[in-house]
Amino acid sequence: MSLVIQGGRLIDPANHVDGKKDLFIDDNGFVIGVGKSPPGFKARKTIEAHGKIICPGLVDLRARLREPGLEYKATIESEVHAAVAAGITTLCCPPDTLPVIDTPAMAQMLQSRAWRFGLAFIHPLGALTQRLEGKLLADMEALDEAGCVGFTNALSPVTDTLVMRRALEYAATLDLTVFLHSEDPWLRNGGCVHEGEVGTRLGLAGIPEAAETVGVARDLALIEQTGCRAHFCGLSSARAAVMVAQAQKKGLPVSADTTAHHLHLTEHDIGDFNTQCHVRPPLRGKHDREGLRKALSNGTIGAICSDHQPHEPDAKLAPFARSEPGISALETLLPLTLRLVDEKLLTLPEAIALLTHKPAEIIGVETGHLGVGATADVCIFDPETRWTLAEDKLVSRGHNTPFLGQTFRGKVTQTLVGGKLVYER
Amino acid sequence: MNQGLQFDDTGRLRHLLTIEGLSRQTILEILDTAESFISVGEREIKKIPLLRGKTVVNLFFESSTRTRTTFEIAAKRLSADVINLNVGASSASKGETLLDTIRNLEAMHTDLFVVRHAESGAAHLIARHVPAHVRIINAGDGRHAHPTQGLLDMFTIRRHKGAFEKLKIAIVGDIMHSRVARSQIHALKTLGVSELRVVAPKTLLPTAVEKLGVRSCTRMEDGLDGVDVVMMLRLQRERMQGAHIPSEHEYFNLYGLTPAKLALAAKDAIVMHPGPMNRGLEIDSAVADGPQSVILPQVTYGIAVRMAVMALIMGGTPASQDTGTRDSASNTRAPAGRKKRK
Repeated sequence: MSLVIQGGRLIDPANHVDGKKDLFIDDNGFVIGVGKSPPGFKARKTIEAHGKIICPGLVDLRARLREPGLEYKATIESEVHAAVAAGITTLCCPPDTLPVIDTPAMAQMLQSRAWRFGLAFIHPLGALTQRLEGKLLADMEALDEAGCVGFTNALSPVTDTLVMRRALEYAATLDLTVFLHSEDPWLRNGGCVHEGEVGTRLGLAGIPEAAETVGVARDLALIEQTGCRAHFCGLSSARAAVMVAQAQKKGLPVSADTTAHHLHLTEHDIGDFNTQCHVRPPLRGKHDREGLRKALSNGTIGAICSDHQPHEPDAKLAPFARSEPGISALETLLPLTLRLVDEKLLTLPEAIALLTHKPAEIIGVETGHLGVGATADVCIFDPETRWTLAEDKLVSRGHNTPFLGQTFRGKVTQTLVGGKLVYER
Repeated sequence: MNQGLQFDDTGRLRHLLTIEGLSRQTILEILDTAESFISVGEREIKKIPLLRGKTVVNLFFESSTRTRTTFEIAAKRLSADVINLNVGASSASKGETLLDTIRNLEAMHTDLFVVRHAESGAAHLIARHVPAHVRIINAGDGRHAHPTQGLLDMFTIRRHKGAFEKLKIAIVGDIMHSRVARSQIHALKTLGVSELRVVAPKTLLPTAVEKLGVRSCTRMEDGLDGVDVVMMLRLQRERMQGAHIPSEHEYFNLYGLTPAKLALAAKDAIVMHPGPMNRGLEIDSAVADGPQSVILPQVTYGIAVRMAVMALIMGGTPASQDTGTRDSASNTRAPAGRKKRK
């Protein structure tokens, strides 16, 4: 249905647009005009957006929807509803489902199931190695054909350095992007928190910063040798961010993201064994949080992701080390990023860029902007609405978040996918 | 930080999960109460009716002899009904979750759980999920805390060395993996000792140990110099596998407490150990059995301290009921824990 979104402040960082402009969308769901109506255009529907921000639909580089295999935690259906309620229109899913996304059939199944609901787009990340075992390479070309936007071994480390080298070489051969969760498994050694003050006090096994820096150093050496394009997922330490910055300066084809919660929380938020703050990689010290914020503002980190991991309640009702890591984070991605604007770390257009066209460029998907001809994936939010995150208001099946009870500013009012209104508050 | 969970709305101690967050006054109150219970164990009839009709479940997910036995004796001397459950061998191995195990036992109208678990934070988790009338005592959770051990160590130090303020104390051994060390550190910092050192190779010291307010030493010469109390820790033999130390032989040479190393401490220094000891690994028999050792008295005091903790959190104190004990500091004071904490 043709429509016009009028009266709002349109922020489209990819096209350097920031101003009061109406957005015109044609019957096929494409942007047909920005600022002024195309000749002869007649909108059948009008969305009133006075006082609101209109921006591209958000692109989340890492969200686990738990399907297939862990449907007791969440399903594609439950989570795409949560995504659009949070303004997210594109989601990347890691391959660590059950079974693993290491065949074209699995990759296609995920996308077609998501498409059935006509809500957010799902782009799978394919397995880098078969069954994520770190031994044999997955069929990357076939997976690429089936719609995978990148390749990763997710949280299963490729311990064999030779296999990692070959995987990067092979991905480079096909011009594919490899997504890395760089971590030295021996230094991690079964730890569950940052090796620091809180782990010392609570007697919890620590994951040293060196687990990340050693992992990043190894992978950077291999990237330098193979020329593979790589993306570092979920940086957690200040030093690793500096290492990535140096590599970028050298001209290596590397990008990086961090999660919204790593930009706000530290190990101290664990308090007395708050399992809602059990995440992987772990929340580190204040110095690391500041380092990540710096890397965000200087452009080293090019995307903020949710790293959404919905859980059933029991997953968190265990002693800390036995509880399952992860936060149900789709619905706090935009609010936590807007908080960085309130805290003057980013301008609003910079913040939106980190959630839209920048992550879209990392996965090479034509979305995240609203120029004429673009697919009309749109997020509209009221930047002034204050609201409190309440458990009964969460759309995600997973209620595991340390942000319950917190007040945020800025709330999504409408979400459009392909020009279709899929969410309205 | 633990204020919320360990205390009720009126500031009374409800659970004992960790020494962190206890006030100096609360710790001293427990020690004073324990003093009044020492004589119970020395009488012909070793029983007082303080917890008559109460059900205490010793819930041990990890094996223990000394701690479980002293808790059992403590509860029985207070006339409670005591049930010992070694859960490692039953529910947990059948896949039951920790909270389900607790809920089932709670349904049997347990008043107090004494819990030991291999995971740090297990006691906190349980305390968060039991009804208000159920009490929890942490008898050791992972590497986190072993508060009654820490308290009995304080009791021992006070009995043998007097006021804490002037004391220099060293804790020696596997600090990294020790819940005992963490509880001792919190207690000694709260009681305000003049100096507290931890002594271990760097492989057995937690990264941020100095944030706990201690001075870390890697050599016994520095660590033991002039101290009044030497608190030894048990070294698990599996530490060799984790590459923490090369061999028992080398550990004993560097960190084993021998008469020669003990001579670095003050002449009248006392030697403590939470047990079970590895003779010839962390401690020389000549020291363990020597005149400066208070290792066996520690065990005896452990019963009185555990009685005191149970009595206080179950709401009874020697002052409020006739215990028939001799006069002690606590008898002349207001009922324990009634005052609102800061």
